[in-house]
Amino acid sequence: MAAQSGSLPRYIVQRLLLLIPMVWLTLTLVFLLMRVAPGDPVTASVGGRLPPQALEARREALGLNEPLIKQYWDYLSGVLQGDLGKTITDNTPITDIIKDNGGATLELTVAAMLFALVIGLPLGLLAGRYRDTPADGGIRMFGIVTYAAPVFFVGILFQLLFLNVFSGWPLLGQSTPITEFTVPTRTHILLLDAMIAGDGSATVDVLKHLMLPAITLGLLICGILIRLTRVNVLQTLQADYVEAARARGIPERKVVTAHAFRNALVPVITIIGLLVALLLGGAVLTEQTYAWPGLGSQLITYINQRDYAAVQGIITLFAIVVVVISILIDIINALIDPRVRY
Amino acid sequence: MATFKGILAPFRETTGFARWMLLIGLVIVVFFVVLAIGADWIAPYGFAQQSANGVDFKKAAPPGPGHLMGTDRLFFDVWSRVVYGARTALEVIILAVAVSLVIGLILGLISGYVGGWIDRVLVLIMDVLYAFPGLLLAIVFGFLLAEKIGAGVISAAGAITVIYIPQYFRVVRSSTISAKESTYVEAARALGAPGRTVIGRYLFGNVIHSVPVIGTLNAADALLTLAALGFLGLGIQPTDGAEWGFDLSRALEDVSSGIWWTGLWPGLAIVLLVTGLTLVGEGLNETINPVLRKRRLRKITVEETQK
Repeated sequence: MAAQSGSLPRYIVQRLLLLIPMVWLTLTLVFLLMRVAPGDPVTASVGGRLPPQALEARREALGLNEPLIKQYWDYLSGVLQGDLGKTITDNTPITDIIKDNGGATLELTVAAMLFALVIGLPLGLLAGRYRDTPADGGIRMFGIVTYAAPVFFVGILFQLLFLNVFSGWPLLGQSTPITEFTVPTRTHILLLDAMIAGDGSATVDVLKHLMLPAITLGLLICGILIRLTRVNVLQTLQADYVEAARARGIPERKVVTAHAFRNALVPVITIIGLLVALLLGGAVLTEQTYAWPGLGSQLITYINQRDYAAVQGIITLFAIVVVVISILIDIINALIDPRVRY
Repeated sequence: MATFKGILAPFRETTGFARWMLLIGLVIVVFFVVLAIGADWIAPYGFAQQSANGVDFKKAAPPGPGHLMGTDRLFFDVWSRVVYGARTALEVIILAVAVSLVIGLILGLISGYVGGWIDRVLVLIMDVLYAFPGLLLAIVFGFLLAEKIGAGVISAAGAITVIYIPQYFRVVRSSTISAKESTYVEAARALGAPGRTVIGRYLFGNVIHSVPVIGTLNAADALLTLAALGFLGLGIQPTDGAEWGFDLSRALEDVSSGIWWTGLWPGLAIVLLVTGLTLVGEGLNETINPVLRKRRLRKITVEETQK
């Protein structure tokens, strides 16, 4: 079994090496997609608004006059050096946009994920434990309906509810303007910045703004977590070792909590990689619904301005984030579950 | 008759909940199919109609006589747009799921049967597409297709298609690989059957059975993606067709004026249809999938052993 124990570092190295073709292919895909677009991106976005010489200068600056293969090379080497290019419309480096708006998206997605885990896991365990009881039926319906409800519809319902019942509750944005101006920027994550500054009222203000968007986005993930956890519990409850534990006379309550639940939660980690992809897509919609100043609303703004360079840069970041997280999840999974790394 | 009974056998063995999910789901889906087909008779007005009998509709009028669900700020009748929305939704869903199914099936069969470098390249590309956030992919494709061929049913369906190809590809490829090793395929090959025949006659029939579950669940997801594209302004334009997601993006601006009827009904339509499709998919899954299937007979034995 000595060879077995040595296989973990090898597995990790293998996974990390897989990052290279995955990232390369993703970047190539993004690049090709953006070139399929018809016509000249500069004319499409700022055509009519700038004189012809300025348009030509923009084209030159973006490297659009270069041969395609050179553009591809520049794009790849730029990304490797952490340079995602500049927007066409306002000539801003994409990395600046990510620095300024990425924190808001991170704050939203992490809060949503926490909410989904806190609500979804216990409900999934309960539904699996009490299979085919009314509780199971109710929880499953909750899971299906929360998944079926588009985040923007849930957002609209929340906004209508809070407008009428808890009037004065903040519905849009990440904070009130006063908070935004008084809290010094350190991490670009407003909640953390407010806490670091030790500003109690600002922290409360940010949390109040965060609550509705985080719940709205969290509910989207919640349904999937419930479904997955439930199925895992069903499968572990049928497993031989659970039967063996019962046969040894271990109380049913302990069999369920110590033997079944714990093992049912392991595969949930695998799915978190996929949930991140869903979370990022959902964040775009949530940000649009709550006027949240994150990368998603930036993406939509630039799409509406036909700014290909900006869209390419932001999509590149999202793609890299998803690929890196999915590989990290694979590694964590291998650390927990020896069967993965045979 | 005997084969018909054979098909229904798993359904009769299901326990209460799976059966109810399937039935309720089917009722909901059929309801929307009726709305979609009969839209011209059911809806009192057209989806982009702003006046009737020479009288202009009121702007954002609350529900009342003449306008069951009120009108929105574009002067459209909300109920008529909900009804016609069902037609748009089903058109896009059917188109998107069918096209991705056909492409995924063909690529999966080829990849699984031929193997070699074609297989490896296809798997890598599909993995990348699969890992990519589906909605973002649809946003990018929707944006590009709308620029290229104009926004409409075709480009919305095209954008959605891309998301689901990898799912069919994966399922079909893995079952092709396992079916390829079976004796009857080996026998067919030994008889000198060309690859085309082996794939078409022997592998296809064996692989197709896992498709209905994925198909219905994808249809549910496709509707959500369509609505999301519409909400972001990348889907179908309001004068080309009624689309619930677009209506919700307009309704978002109405919230602060306390107008609830423009958002509630299209939103509920989405929730209901997605729920219906999901229930059908889940119900089918529990009926067909042996891991989740729980037969009536079995339930009794489990309870008895616990006593």
